Amino acid sequence: MHALVGENGAGKSTLMKILYGMQKPDEGTITVDGDQVTFNSPADAIARGIGMVHQHFMLADNLTVLENVVLGAEKLYGIGQAARNKIGEISEAYGLGVRPDAYVEDLGVADRQRVEILKVLYRGARILILDEPTAVLVPQEVDALFDNLRELKAEGLTVIFISHKLGEVLSVADDITVIRRGTTVGTADPASTTTKQLAELMVGSELPSPETRESTVTDVPVLKVADLRLTATDSDGVVREVLSEIGFTIHRGEVLGIAGVEGNGQTELIETLMGLRDPDGGVITLDTADISHAPTRERRESGIGYIPEDRHRHGLLLESPLWENRILGHVTERPNSRRGLLDPKAARADTRRIVVEYDVRTPGIDVTASSLSGGNQQKLIVGREMSHLPKLLIAAHPTRGVDVGAQAQIWDQIKAARSDGLAVLLISADLDELIGLSDTLRVMYRGRLVADADPATITPEELGTAMTGAATGHLEAAPEDEAR
Amino acid sequence: MKKFDKDRLILGLAGPVLALVVAIVLTTVVLLASGTNPWEPYRIMFESASYVDVQVLIVNQAGTYYLAALAVAVGFRMNLFNIGVDGQYRLAAMMAALVGASVNLPGPFQIALIVLTAMLVGAFWSGIAGILKTTRGVSEVVSTIMLNSIATSLVAWLILPKNFGEQPAGSNNLTTGEIPKSGWFPGLSMGAEAGEIYGFTFVAALCGVIYWFVLGRTRFGFDLRATGASESAAQASGVDAKKMILTSMLISGAVAGLVGMPTLLGDSHTYSLDFPTGLGFTGITIALLGRNHPLGIAFSALLIAFLDKSSASLDQYGYEKEIATIMQGLIVISVVVSYELVRRYGLRRQQQKVGEELAAGGAIKTDADAESTSDKGAAL
Repeated sequence: MHALVGENGAGKSTLMKILYGMQKPDEGTITVDGDQVTFNSPADAIARGIGMVHQHFMLADNLTVLENVVLGAEKLYGIGQAARNKIGEISEAYGLGVRPDAYVEDLGVADRQRVEILKVLYRGARILILDEPTAVLVPQEVDALFDNLRELKAEGLTVIFISHKLGEVLSVADDITVIRRGTTVGTADPASTTTKQLAELMVGSELPSPETRESTVTDVPVLKVADLRLTATDSDGVVREVLSEIGFTIHRGEVLGIAGVEGNGQTELIETLMGLRDPDGGVITLDTADISHAPTRERRESGIGYIPEDRHRHGLLLESPLWENRILGHVTERPNSRRGLLDPKAARADTRRIVVEYDVRTPGIDVTASSLSGGNQQKLIVGREMSHLPKLLIAAHPTRGVDVGAQAQIWDQIKAARSDGLAVLLISADLDELIGLSDTLRVMYRGRLVADADPATITPEELGTAMTGAATGHLEAAPEDEAR
Repeated sequence: MKKFDKDRLILGLAGPVLALVVAIVLTTVVLLASGTNPWEPYRIMFESASYVDVQVLIVNQAGTYYLAALAVAVGFRMNLFNIGVDGQYRLAAMMAALVGASVNLPGPFQIALIVLTAMLVGAFWSGIAGILKTTRGVSEVVSTIMLNSIATSLVAWLILPKNFGEQPAGSNNLTTGEIPKSGWFPGLSMGAEAGEIYGFTFVAALCGVIYWFVLGRTRFGFDLRATGASESAAQASGVDAKKMILTSMLISGAVAGLVGMPTLLGDSHTYSLDFPTGLGFTGITIALLGRNHPLGIAFSALLIAFLDKSSASLDQYGYEKEIATIMQGLIVISVVVSYELVRRYGLRRQQQKVGEELAAGGAIKTDADAESTSDKGAAL
């Protein structure tokens, strides 16, 4: 099992794309099992026994596991019993525990990932590439995934593993390659390396910690949410409660972290707070104004900054230049516009400032957002939102897919703004980040805030347990129990 | 960062040029396959276009096309496909002609009234599709096509003599009655032989300037473009998508209402059964070819008008003038294909180049001021 680590934009993804035949190298050779090979398309790579599990799952929700697996590989074992047997066989052999007739939409994230792995194995892969497989999993699921991977390794398969989480890399990999700016800067032996050394190799600096030092929490409430309810009608016409009885207050200088397995209502909560969804009940108060049903633009103008969960869908215009992306979301504010007219000159100048201050690595501000790496896109978004001095920052996975260096920077910016009185609602799948940055922690499960915890004392494992719904109330024995 | 600008310009031109080359090649193939001389028709068309009177015809036609294409382009910029420009302008022209023929105000007011009526009717007709889309989620493609057909029937019914139409003595034609002289838009005479350029052609050009300004320089235009580029991102940024859909549909319809004006105010002065039809569909071709850019649209409007008008002379030389129609069709196909190809190529290329520049240390440095880096970028 070989791990590949490196900063974002260091070239990990590009390297993987080349290995998987999605891109062609200008120079150099790839050798598989002693044969020199060239891949013109993923199909060539698959034929050579290379399979890729993407960071974003590529499954059709409304098909069953069996259908998803055979899709595009019908020639191998047909679509009937033979395919079913084969799936059972693979699932058995590697302990994947996949149910072929379950619908993918009913599966959790971890199960979907196993389906992805099975899909790759079904196509005869002997070399598996996993792109940040743990980004979406809670600690228990990560352990289960690693068990699966060890199983694969024991069967003689090769696994290439890309991750930002150095601790995980050290625990699971047999060999580590570190790349920076497109070249290999070093290799490491996990047995004799610490996360610290690895991080230094990666960025040439110390491993950042998300920990906030002293509390800056005041007693001035910025955002009050009371008894928020949201229902949604699913495809079968059934009305479900997506959010119920949500209530919390964030004060000036406070970071409220919400933990939860993805899909438990965090996305909906954020979208309701941003005005993208209209709540069915409850009150949202910003400072003293009731903004429960205010339009998104008004909320933004009144000082809510937003770092969206999915930056491609909600944070950027991918095919527009950076300076237009700097305007996005703040078109009515200076320096972007005056009296209804855009001010491209000022906006461009300010984009340049953001690029410099937030270390967005780009050759210029006229390149499209899509040509930046994920981490740099995120830095641009953070810079943009912070530039308007928000009172409240809603940050969903602010450092997802961002390298260690940029991560530290984003944390620092959030911390600095917090000590200036910024209130932050933080949602993250990275429990270390959540525990490190937050002043208060809440756990969300099935659309409810089921538990709360003190970030000073809780461990990621305990939090992970609560996230699966196994624990409620105030986590840990503490005198005041404010469970809801 | 002039380099990227230049790149973008080249890529921007590559699409249309590639499309035109492919279209010409394919047309030549068609000509060869049908056993006709493949070069002669081109020569005849160019020769015909060298006469001033044909040139005037081309410009007048282009002005009309330009408006139609702008109407379509407004929708395109926001990912709305207003196929209904055709119905919108015909109904608008007819209603405007009716209003114009029934009142008689002093010059500018009469014209303003007619133009305003046309815009309102056009906006009303497209607004139906807009409301259907925002309230019921009906695809604007479907509803505008249907509204086209309803408009056709409605116009035919309204123009009947028992309703609002008139039948001039000794003619089979039906008209809406003639607009009084005060409602005639003065043209620019190009000499007795050549005829005159419709005054409204200049209004069309002005519309292009307004289009550029509103889309490129106003908040509203930014919201509109953002919605077209990514509806989800625009919504998260605070754009009310439904309002945006309705507004742009209304604008598109209002501009569509102007399409009939050059002819109505400059030439026919009445709406009759032989009023030009199908301009809305040609507008789609032109908007596509012109990449929704006001200048691009202007060039493509001239090109299509050139094909239309100069092909008329082919008949005299024994060639089918449908050659031009074939060519227009081929242009549409090759435009769609080549633009997508160029777009993908451009995105990939830029990603690569950005990667290369960063690897070479070309990023805007944290310490160095932005000024010096941009100078460096320009020098490269």
